[in-house]
Amino acid sequence: MFIVEYLKEVTNAVKSLATGMKLTGYYFTHHKEIITQEYPDNRATLKMADRFKGEVVMPHDANNEHACTGCTSCELACPNGSIKVITKFDINADGKKKKAVDQHIYRLDMCTMCGLCIEACPTDAIKMANTFEHSVPDRNMLVKRLNNNGSKIREGVE
Amino acid sequence: MISFENIVKWIQAFLSAHLPHIWVLAVEAVIIIIAAIALFAILGLVLVIMERRVAAFMQIRFGPNRVGPWGLLQSTADTIKLIMKESIVPDNSDKFLFNLAPFMVMIPAMLILAPINFAKHFFIWDLNIGILFVSSISSISVIGILMGGWASSNKYSLHGAMRSGAQIVSYELSGGLSILTIIVLCGSLKVSDIITAQETGWWIFRGHIPAIIAFVIYMIAVTAETNRAPFDLAEAESELTAGFHTEYSGMRFALFFLAEYINIFIVCAVGATLFFGGWMPFHIGTWHAFNHIMDFIPSSIWFFGKTFFLIFLIMWFRWTFPRLRIDQLLNLEWKYLMPISMVNLLVMTVCAIYHLHF
Repeated sequence: MFIVEYLKEVTNAVKSLATGMKLTGYYFTHHKEIITQEYPDNRATLKMADRFKGEVVMPHDANNEHACTGCTSCELACPNGSIKVITKFDINADGKKKKAVDQHIYRLDMCTMCGLCIEACPTDAIKMANTFEHSVPDRNMLVKRLNNNGSKIREGVE
Repeated sequence: MISFENIVKWIQAFLSAHLPHIWVLAVEAVIIIIAAIALFAILGLVLVIMERRVAAFMQIRFGPNRVGPWGLLQSTADTIKLIMKESIVPDNSDKFLFNLAPFMVMIPAMLILAPINFAKHFFIWDLNIGILFVSSISSISVIGILMGGWASSNKYSLHGAMRSGAQIVSYELSGGLSILTIIVLCGSLKVSDIITAQETGWWIFRGHIPAIIAFVIYMIAVTAETNRAPFDLAEAESELTAGFHTEYSGMRFALFFLAEYINIFIVCAVGATLFFGGWMPFHIGTWHAFNHIMDFIPSSIWFFGKTFFLIFLIMWFRWTFPRLRIDQLLNLEWKYLMPISMVNLLVMTVCAIYHLHF
């Protein structure tokens, strides 16, 4: 019957609207649900997600050693040329020449945080850090050298 | 005891003791104009900050909380910004209508203030057709919206204005019918009579289910009439940028913005008068002791409390429901609200004739 369908429609509409209002009413009365982070105030306790891509870094261990072999895979993988690896040749104990990284130049001002360099790296020498406060007074400060002064490749990394 | 009633009486006595009759009226008119404008300004500031905070909490945010304590001065800061902004008039617009439109929106809002009882025996003009006056004047505000939309010579504005016209004309029907439902119960259009008729209980409790249905329909209809979400098709920022006030900026925009909030206040005040007894305290039948205790709360607090509760309800709607399409909007009115409110009015008339209400 038409009138039954009509009334059913009206009651369903009222019920569904009430469901929505119940949820917003719950949020209105329960302020602990608020997900806004008041950033500069909570800077000390702020915790960024691990998946957040902030900048590319090269981790060094306590002996100032990294895992970069200077293979330039990251440089080739970078879509817009944000990475430039300057290599040198080390002479090792038995007098053989071996390729190694001299300067790993990373341009944060150009980087799009695509993460292809991290995927391309065969030795996991570079990774994405979740820092995000990158503003600097001079844009030249965004051109970074990732390997530390006097650092060398870790033993056993090929 | 200090009450609005006593203040009015004192001013009246003071003026008539010192001035001839005609000047008493003139001075009182000036006082009323200043008071009305002050009320508008305060309402604008309070309702904007209330809206933003309510919206924020419903969307799990904080909202403005930096300017002043709890962000209370945010709307003042916004107003100062709007005053300092340049008010641009588009080249191809009809300059006269373009400048007139914001005032055409404000004037009906000011006129409707006249019959509203703000507290016990505190009103501007308690005329005997008060509710009829309110419902007829409130339909004039659409002219201002149409005027602004037409004069802007902008397709968005014109489209928004036309939508607003269709919407207000439609929704006035069910709004009027639900008002009639209460008028049938108390048998008077005079606002103070409607309020005194609710001395033994508010109509929403005494009028059984028909009064509750009428209240729901009234709230839906006034939400549509004031062009607020989920019926904000006239503005529809996602489709029409800002609808009828796309081309307005600075103080002219502020007037439109203010008129929206004033209209909300007024329709909620009328709703509070009709369904919740205006300034009448919460009375239950013949429980004289209970009623007497309730009378200790000043009548102005009752009135503003009820009005702000209804305003909160309308804000709750806005931040919960998604916007309707224009065909859904008209379907809702013509296929659902109007038939239901007509049947409702019939039921209520039978109730009133046989004294079936409490």
